[in-house]
Amino acid sequence: MTMKKRKNKSIYLMLVPIYAFTIIFVLFPILYMILLSFLSKAEVWGVVKEVTLDNYKKITEPLYIKTFLDSIKLAAISTGFVVLLGYPFGYFMAKLSKKWKRRMMELIMVPFWTSGLMRLYGWIIVFRSNGTLDQILMGLHITKSPLKLLYSYEAVVVGMIYALMPFMVLSVYSSAEKMDWTLVEAARDLGATKFKAFITITLKQTMPGLLSGVILTFVPSMGMFFVADLLGGNKIVLVGSVIQEQLTKGRNLPFAAAMSVVLMLLTTMLISLYKRVTGSGEMEGLV
Amino acid sequence: MREVILDLQDIKKSFGKNEILKGLNLKVHEGEFLTFLGASGCGKTTTLRIIAGLEMPDSGQVILNGVDVTKKEPNERDVNTVFQNYALFPHMSVEDNIAYGLKLKKVAKNEIKKRVKEVLSLVQLEGYEKRRTTELSGGQKQRVAIARAVVNNPKILLLDEPLGALDAKLRHQMQLELKKLQKSLGITFLYITHDQEEAINMSDRIVVMKEGQFEQIGTPDEIYNEPKTSYVAAFVGDSNILTGTVKECAEDKVVMEFAGGTVMAQAKGKSYKEGEQVVFSIRRENIKLEDHKDMPIKAVVKEKSFAGGMLRIVFLVSDNIEIVASRQGINYNLVPGEETEISFASEHVVILNQEM
Amino acid sequence: MKKNSKLTNFYLALMIIITYIPIVITVVYSFNESKISTIWSGISLKWYEELFRDRDMKEALRNSLVLAFFCCSLSAIIGTLGAVGMSKVKTKANHVIEYLATIPIMIPEIILGMVFLAVFSLLSIPFGMTTLVIAHTSFCIPYVLLNVKARLAGMDGSLEEAARDLGAGRFRAFIDIVLPLITPAILSGVLLSFAMSFDDVVISIFVTGPKVNILPVKIYTKIKTGVTPEINALATVLLAATVLLLFLSGWIGRRAGRFENKEDGNEERN
Repeated sequence: MTMKKRKNKSIYLMLVPIYAFTIIFVLFPILYMILLSFLSKAEVWGVVKEVTLDNYKKITEPLYIKTFLDSIKLAAISTGFVVLLGYPFGYFMAKLSKKWKRRMMELIMVPFWTSGLMRLYGWIIVFRSNGTLDQILMGLHITKSPLKLLYSYEAVVVGMIYALMPFMVLSVYSSAEKMDWTLVEAARDLGATKFKAFITITLKQTMPGLLSGVILTFVPSMGMFFVADLLGGNKIVLVGSVIQEQLTKGRNLPFAAAMSVVLMLLTTMLISLYKRVTGSGEMEGLV
Repeated sequence: MREVILDLQDIKKSFGKNEILKGLNLKVHEGEFLTFLGASGCGKTTTLRIIAGLEMPDSGQVILNGVDVTKKEPNERDVNTVFQNYALFPHMSVEDNIAYGLKLKKVAKNEIKKRVKEVLSLVQLEGYEKRRTTELSGGQKQRVAIARAVVNNPKILLLDEPLGALDAKLRHQMQLELKKLQKSLGITFLYITHDQEEAINMSDRIVVMKEGQFEQIGTPDEIYNEPKTSYVAAFVGDSNILTGTVKECAEDKVVMEFAGGTVMAQAKGKSYKEGEQVVFSIRRENIKLEDHKDMPIKAVVKEKSFAGGMLRIVFLVSDNIEIVASRQGINYNLVPGEETEISFASEHVVILNQEM
Repeated sequence: MKKNSKLTNFYLALMIIITYIPIVITVVYSFNESKISTIWSGISLKWYEELFRDRDMKEALRNSLVLAFFCCSLSAIIGTLGAVGMSKVKTKANHVIEYLATIPIMIPEIILGMVFLAVFSLLSIPFGMTTLVIAHTSFCIPYVLLNVKARLAGMDGSLEEAARDLGAGRFRAFIDIVLPLITPAILSGVLLSFAMSFDDVVISIFVTGPKVNILPVKIYTKIKTGVTPEINALATVLLAATVLLLFLSGWIGRRAGRFENKEDGNEERN
């Protein structure tokens, strides 16, 4: 007879809440969403219990394809700016002295922790007609009339960048923080130019942070319909807005589910791609 | 002989498909300082954890002071452990760390205070009660870990490479202190190390472990001078493990052919057939480089280097066999490439048990 | 390691300034006397008075606090037990559950909102505080779970064994040793959960129902209908609360740091 390691039954009890909650309120709902996406909307209320691919066919209609492409484009533009502005920020921050690192972190965390809505609200005041920006520009005689910046594509992009920047800064910072700076010195010693050393050493070492920053920016920006809503007016339609509209106005649950399934597939693909890339990328960085 | 305090009976343990312990049998006597010596991964830590109750054996019994404790929880055993990385509770002061075991035993408060004070002076850390453990140096942490264990008066103290993280100088000092402590407390110490010097300096008996089995159990003198297997010979001290062919076995002498020369060894009551292959060992420091009394063997100096306070000379004898000799000092008038002679004195040649 | 040049420090400062522009403007205008926020007509506290008189707003705030309390407590319990349990019992199912449990913070919020709307309708759970608590708990659990898990992974396993070795039973060792050491991780997870719950619009909109009013949804609808200085006042109050919360978390962080054996800490002292 073999005796296994003693295990108290109560240890298994600890796992019950998380297993139960996750199965009932995460797994089951997602499965239900997938099921819904293959059903169709009933005439008056509810769904017809008949399997169909109509919802997915509907997504391939030019209107919805365009919505997806627009969302991806907006997400890509926002993410691009976030990379350009946030990467150097996180990188330079990691080079500050200990004291300033802590101060910088506190300065970043305050807006990060304030309500996202409130921060957007601030931009509304700045951007709207005769708002702060207009007043400054007109006061300096740079422009003559209000620019009507609010409810524009640019305003939405600014809102997105602003809302998502901290994610990029923090993840780049955390990987730049762990970086082995002597490698950069070694590369320089071996004759690399500053630029070459950055590309071959620094960028490679901070790649996991950069990529996770990209994911953390790109993924949420696909679904932040309220940013488009508040700063873009009704002009910009994103996947998130369509899903929301289908749920609230159209009451077309199956179609909203199908859109969500596609959006979720996109996100999952991105995340697993990230895991694969950094998984091998880290090894390369070490060698 | 003193009483047996711990009796391990056919202890087996596997992790998955990996058989870590392959049936260990050992009797430990009261007040003994016993060391498990072996390379990492040989199962010495697992053995200690099984004695502590932190791990369950797949089969076999752990008899502690006459009682079968195999299935007992660690808190139900009269043994305490000094962990490799000290495992001091970071959120408690030195005093609270040491008092932890006594508090659990519901010892009266002033009694706890008294005993903590005593044990702190025993490990030479008087006045450190209120210090935070994270503020201590490695050596001080070590002392607190020992104090925390011995304050409970365990039947056996288990020490898992307690000096591994200390630098060489401090390690040597702690070796002496530990030995002194063990003598004054009279507690049985089961000590783990991979450092043969440490084992030889401190132990009453040494258990050499290899791949989940005991290779040899004996006093430091036995282990050092009469290794039974080539593993023990190689691991304890630095020996050359060589193979010779028996030419003659008469009375108490064995004459072997080796590398075109002759090597003599003591038979120690065993008899060997002519033509039999025998494995023997000879320590590096025992290889004679001049004034040969025995039959010398032709050798070429291959390299010379200085390491660990010793000069290490590698010779090449016929059949491309390497023989390493060592000498005190940093120089010796042999140069690489030089042809010379070496010899082995028969009293230093140890014939090893053939491995299965 | 080379220090930053003046240019890069200027860049860091500029970015921080831009970050704070909308915040500062919001705060400044909350004290503006005029209703039209483009015109400055003197300092006044009247919007704060209005805010504190606003019953709807007070109710929304109360509901949000109740919601945050329930979802934080639930995620603290579920997440901590889960992380500790998973560290003790190692099965392949743990990986699956952990992956599933973190989905709510990995996918766009809108999907989660959609999914909950569908499921609560299916199960005919009336929309209100219950549905809000369930939905918020689902995206707060990962913060606690991951935080505690990371702390446990970084914790020296022999500490618990040492306690057992010194005579503590399983439960006692957990209470005396493990719990105090993971408490900072639980608290920081809870703090993050609180911020996330207090801030969530997207998911809440779908599961809030007509009867229960919560702050983020209320603010969202208010902003949509137009800018009022009352929102500025509210934003300022929330900002002050956040700063307070951050101080609290910094304090917790420093306490946590005390337990860690920092080599560089020793150097500084010497």
